[in-house]
Amino acid sequence: MSAITVSFTLNGRATTLTVSPATTLLTALREHAQLTATKAGCSQGGCGSCTVLVNGEPTLACLTPLAHVEGQEVTTLEGITPVGGLHPLQKAFYDRFAAQCGYCTPGMIMAAKALLDRNPHPTREEIAAALSGNLCRCTGYLPILDAVEDVARQNGGGER
Amino acid sequence: MKQLGIVGQSVHRSDGLGHVTGRTTFIDDISYPHMLYISMVRSPVARGKIRSIDTSKAEAFPGVATVITAKDVPNNLYTILCLIGIGPNDEPVLAEDEVMYEGEPICAVVAESEEIAREAASLVKLDIEELEPVLDVEYALRPEAPKIKKWGTNTFTYDGKDHCQIRFGDVERGFAEADEIVTGTYQLSPIEHAPIETHVCVAKPEPDGRLTVHTNTQALYFTLDNTAIILKMPSNRIRMIGGTVGGGFGGKVDVLTEPITCIAALKTGRPVKWRWTREEETRCSSTRAAVKIEMTDGVMRDGRIVARKVRSLQDAGAYHRHSPYGAMKHMVNVVGPYTIPNVWVDVYCVYTNRQPSSAMRGFGVTEASFAVEVQMDRIAKAIGMDPWEIRLRNAYRNGDMRPFGKITEDATLIETIQAAAKLVGHELPPELAQMHSNDEGGYAAAQRATA
Ligand code: FES
Ligand code: FES
Repeated sequence: MSAITVSFTLNGRATTLTVSPATTLLTALREHAQLTATKAGCSQGGCGSCTVLVNGEPTLACLTPLAHVEGQEVTTLEGITPVGGLHPLQKAFYDRFAAQCGYCTPGMIMAAKALLDRNPHPTREEIAAALSGNLCRCTGYLPILDAVEDVARQNGGGER
Repeated sequence: MKQLGIVGQSVHRSDGLGHVTGRTTFIDDISYPHMLYISMVRSPVARGKIRSIDTSKAEAFPGVATVITAKDVPNNLYTILCLIGIGPNDEPVLAEDEVMYEGEPICAVVAESEEIAREAASLVKLDIEELEPVLDVEYALRPEAPKIKKWGTNTFTYDGKDHCQIRFGDVERGFAEADEIVTGTYQLSPIEHAPIETHVCVAKPEPDGRLTVHTNTQALYFTLDNTAIILKMPSNRIRMIGGTVGGGFGGKVDVLTEPITCIAALKTGRPVKWRWTREEETRCSSTRAAVKIEMTDGVMRDGRIVARKVRSLQDAGAYHRHSPYGAMKHMVNVVGPYTIPNVWVDVYCVYTNRQPSSAMRGFGVTEASFAVEVQMDRIAKAIGMDPWEIRLRNAYRNGDMRPFGKITEDATLIETIQAAAKLVGHELPPELAQMHSNDEGGYAAAQRATA
């Protein structure tokens, strides 16, 4: 079978993977790079559980051929988790009980991170809009909004 | 005051750190070297006779390790609740001579990758003679409907009857006495659980002949016992490991992935992973049963419900799964938490050629509550009584006999309604606000006295 070689930056490190041509970024992350935080909920662009950042933009890894990230910068949940600690969003999700079964959580956090990186002080409506492509079947949407709002406030946007 | 350690405190989830860091291990995160993958060939029709299954092209496809058919399953016919005496076994692990619903598993292609398995699965040739499907519960009960189950009816058999029932008091006398007759028909569609994580199973054969099985089942021991029965293998040779379930809601209690994944692992001697696609999860997993509930109540102008007659049809789909049990739960709950002296309930567990229904959050009961409470509002409207009052007047009290022959010991309905009224700022008149589950008051007591 033919193979392609793709070089990109993965969580800050130069990475080269050799895969079959149709391999998605999702499969490449989970099965070739062994980074399993990114989840497959539908593998067809419908649920948001595979959300990662490509050059800071929220991106559905299940719809992105690995070949498309040649030379780009890919960030997964593993990449924002400090050694021995938590990213402010992770801490807020933990403290606010924003994860129930936890399957949608990695995608939620990455979509929220993309929002806060470009807009540190979003309104609740802006948060809801930014997360509207991420489904949580455990339906914990309100604690999820609360968690992101907490971090937006810590960013200095208004008071508690 | 004594300091309580946990009560009243907010305690972090024990799995919370894993969830927010992505370090929680879900079953799809488990892989083994040299692992194979399954793609399932499923029935394209709702009902049919299988004339032949030709797997030769799929088997010859490069990268295919094996194709599993019914012949490979040691005990192909099973039913999950055989463990609590539900029978007869009616569901094949893999279809043999007939298919009973669109999406029913027929044969499993086991290959080096999911892509290869899928491609090869499309090469399996099915010769199926399509038969008229039964897709509606009312039609299923009609004499002219095809009889789809092997025992010659379209219903589950309870004690020799085609339904389960409650007979309590004299319902016709109750209707004759009543000032008003209130009827309602309530229907619910099937509901899909739609967990964000689909069904996944990984089975690994061990050198000593045992199996290690990772599964996102919600019912580990049911799964272990049924898998052992299907594999004809002592359960101590199967190490069944559960884990974090990425959403269940009752949709992961049926034993749908483990036996086939285990058989594939035993047949190939290699670890095997089977993960359902979103389409399979939606179209082939169990659902909440569709129901049709017809309810007739005899009501006095003072609010007493003196008779209730219910005919309820539960759509089990093609196979038992948890539906015969759900129908019985439904039967005892469809009278509602009210004391009614004359009750007649018939519940039918009906088979159709639809995706099987099974467990889902309070199945049987939730549907009953929906019907009962809409009906209570209808009754209140019919006699011009406040909806809070009609419920409190008829609420069961400790000491009341339930229609299924149990004395009420733990009634909390009155207190729950009073607390709910407070929460929504609804002021109950003093007589209702002072009611208590231990009272002899209310119409139920009057009914007890005259009974
Ligand atoms: S897995 Fe990518 S959107 Fe659902
Ligand atoms: S926490 Fe279960 S899907 Fe969101």
